[in-house]
Amino acid sequence: MSKSVILRSLVYLATGLTFFSLIGIVLYVLIGGIPYLSPELFSWNYNSENVSLMPSLVNTFLTVILSLVISVPIGILAAVFLIEYADLGVAAKSKIVRCFVSVIRIAADTLAGIPSIVYGLFGMLIFVTFFHWGYSLLAGGLTMAIMTLPVIQRTTEEALISVPMNYREGAFALGAGKLRTVTHVVLPTAIPGILSGVILAIGRVVGETAALIFTAGTVAQIPTSVFDSSRTLSVHMYNLSVEGLHTHEAMATGVVLLIVVVIINWLSELVANKIRPVK
Amino acid sequence: MENLTQENKNIRINIEDLNVYYGQKKALNAINMEIKENEITAFIGPSGCGKSTLLKCLNRMNDLVPDFNMSGKITLDGEDINKKYNINDLRKKVGMVFQKPNPFEMSIYDNIAFGPRVTGIKNKDELDKIVEESLKAASIWNDVKDNLKKSALALSGGQQQRLCIARAIAVKPEVLLMDEPTSALDPISTEAIERLCEELKEKYTIVIVTHNMQQAKRIADKTAFFYIGELVEFGETHDIFKNPKEKATHRYVKGKFG
Repeated sequence: MSKSVILRSLVYLATGLTFFSLIGIVLYVLIGGIPYLSPELFSWNYNSENVSLMPSLVNTFLTVILSLVISVPIGILAAVFLIEYADLGVAAKSKIVRCFVSVIRIAADTLAGIPSIVYGLFGMLIFVTFFHWGYSLLAGGLTMAIMTLPVIQRTTEEALISVPMNYREGAFALGAGKLRTVTHVVLPTAIPGILSGVILAIGRVVGETAALIFTAGTVAQIPTSVFDSSRTLSVHMYNLSVEGLHTHEAMATGVVLLIVVVIINWLSELVANKIRPVK
Repeated sequence: MENLTQENKNIRINIEDLNVYYGQKKALNAINMEIKENEITAFIGPSGCGKSTLLKCLNRMNDLVPDFNMSGKITLDGEDINKKYNINDLRKKVGMVFQKPNPFEMSIYDNIAFGPRVTGIKNKDELDKIVEESLKAASIWNDVKDNLKKSALALSGGQQQRLCIARAIAVKPEVLLMDEPTSALDPISTEAIERLCEELKEKYTIVIVTHNMQQAKRIADKTAFFYIGELVEFGETHDIFKNPKEKATHRYVKGKFG
């Protein structure tokens, strides 16, 4: 057998494994879950009879929105500072700034690599205990914000780096200042990259369990204030599975979770196309 | 007669004793030259001779380079560009077209309107007028007039470069700097840009850096030959190509090196 035949079969094998493991998981969840999708699962109030996922679904959206409202602006602004001002700006000449920047980068990289349970522990000790917020939507949302901040910041940095230098030069050559160049030329060009970071962050929040059990708690009700405990879909699935009484409903919840993720990705794509000046 | 009209032209840019350093490396050494209005001045020379560096000094593009340093004086209409001008105002007066066409990821219209909007023009009719005039001046209006909302990136390379020229003109500059504007283009687009330069010199002072000696010969009124950071020779284009005074110039224009 020649080298290229071996290589080719390896490539096919890898592609096949990736494809079939995805299809396998999706099919398994769909087949296991769809038969148990019943109207009661979507009733507004949860009880142990209907094991409704509706409150958890609403809580998932609330947690995602709350965390993104905090982490997206901060992450993007931090990345803009690091790339446009610290790396490319006049500040790049200063040794203190460079030192400061490398500390921020190390911190962000470390944060991105920390297991989520550590965020949960931190969130519990600070937000739940120290601030006396209790298990709450707010504590969970803030913990998720901290967890997704490095994701947003790093992907935005990558997106800004990939904006060609000559776009900036072009804008400067027309007499545009730094701020205008960043807001009108660089950021619009970087939107697709930034958005992929946002989707990644949404994915992390939607899929999170450990950190949320410690901070947002497990009450399956639509909260009336940010200080109410709120169970998200993933936590809901975890609880149903752990109790062992409602594994079918857990599968059905999985189906809904899958659909939610697909819808979120599709919506983000739509938003990106709306924001971008031209296609 | 020709000499007389040449003498009457005003000096636009004056460069006195200019030395440029990138960190420890000296990129330009004791440059003195005058650039007159309504002329095309070409900078030629082998790679790394400092011609682009000098061009980028004229609109302070080098300020973006972290270890850039210069001494000496550059004046535009008698005023020191490093002292008397706010950097953004200077760049509105001294426009630039780059080696690689760099339209923004926006519509054709927004590309042209970018500069005027920076200067604070918001009125739609006024912007429409500037966009049309600029595109006409860069002879690309007929190609794009029905597609102003289309992405500028959908244009061909030659059209993109003309768009960039239109974008530079839209700010109503006095001087146009061109950094090898045709090096990324095919011969037909190159010819279109060269013809455009000759039209534009009626209104603007043009400084063009080129690798292509034939291009300098075709369009430039004055030519400056640079070699290893020195201005070797500067004069009327036909003198530089027909009767160069310096041996290095002679060898370069005859294609012996570079």
